[in-house]
Amino acid sequence: MKSKEIIVQLPYSEPFLFVDEILTVSSESITGTYFFRNDAYFYKGHFINNPVTPGVILTECMAQIGLVCFGIFLLNEEHISENPGFALSNTEIDFYLPVFPDEKVKVVSEKIYFRFNKLKCKVKMLNANDEIVAQGTISGMLLKETKTK
Amino acid sequence: MTSKEIYERLEPIIINYLPEDVAPKEVNKSSDLTRELNINSAHLVDIVLDIEDVFNIEFKNEDMEQLRSIDDAILLIQQKISV
Repeated sequence: MKSKEIIVQLPYSEPFLFVDEILTVSSESITGTYFFRNDAYFYKGHFINNPVTPGVILTECMAQIGLVCFGIFLLNEEHISENPGFALSNTEIDFYLPVFPDEKVKVVSEKIYFRFNKLKCKVKMLNANDEIVAQGTISGMLLKETKTK
Repeated sequence: MTSKEIYERLEPIIINYLPEDVAPKEVNKSSDLTRELNINSAHLVDIVLDIEDVFNIEFKNEDMEQLRSIDDAILLIQQKISV
């Protein structure tokens, strides 16, 4: 499965898509990047006259690359072709450095386990200088039957 | 292993994943794990992984589909340790 095929299957769009490209992906890990554009809507309010990327957005970016993109790849490996749904179940993230507008980040996610449709990963985010911005664990459920509402 | 012995080892695993709005004393053998004990699907997986470690057995995807109550879990555990 190619990285572009993964991104096409993502259930997000602007202004809540936080994946630009997938650099590498295997059954054990995934690496992807995202560039935080300075015109993103949240910089207007976080903070007043001092734009810093919110931690929840960094977490979202880590989850979209490290869990959702990864999950799409893993389900595809199991030959499950239906559009999967996703539900975040747990995050535990420590933050080390701020991410400012116009910064590019890299997310690296390593599988801890993928069983009974629960994917749990060790995820870290690095800045352009390869410094750790945030790291922790994220887990979620991959829902094969997307029963709508 | 009797079902009573299994339950004694199972109960602390379940209690560990109860949300705060469910009291440990509400747990009994017939409890429905998700509907009555409010355990979410992700914690249901955690419970199964803990059961696998404690009883040294392995669950399959089909087993998950049969798992609704604590009684179901006891039955599945009994089947697997007797093999």
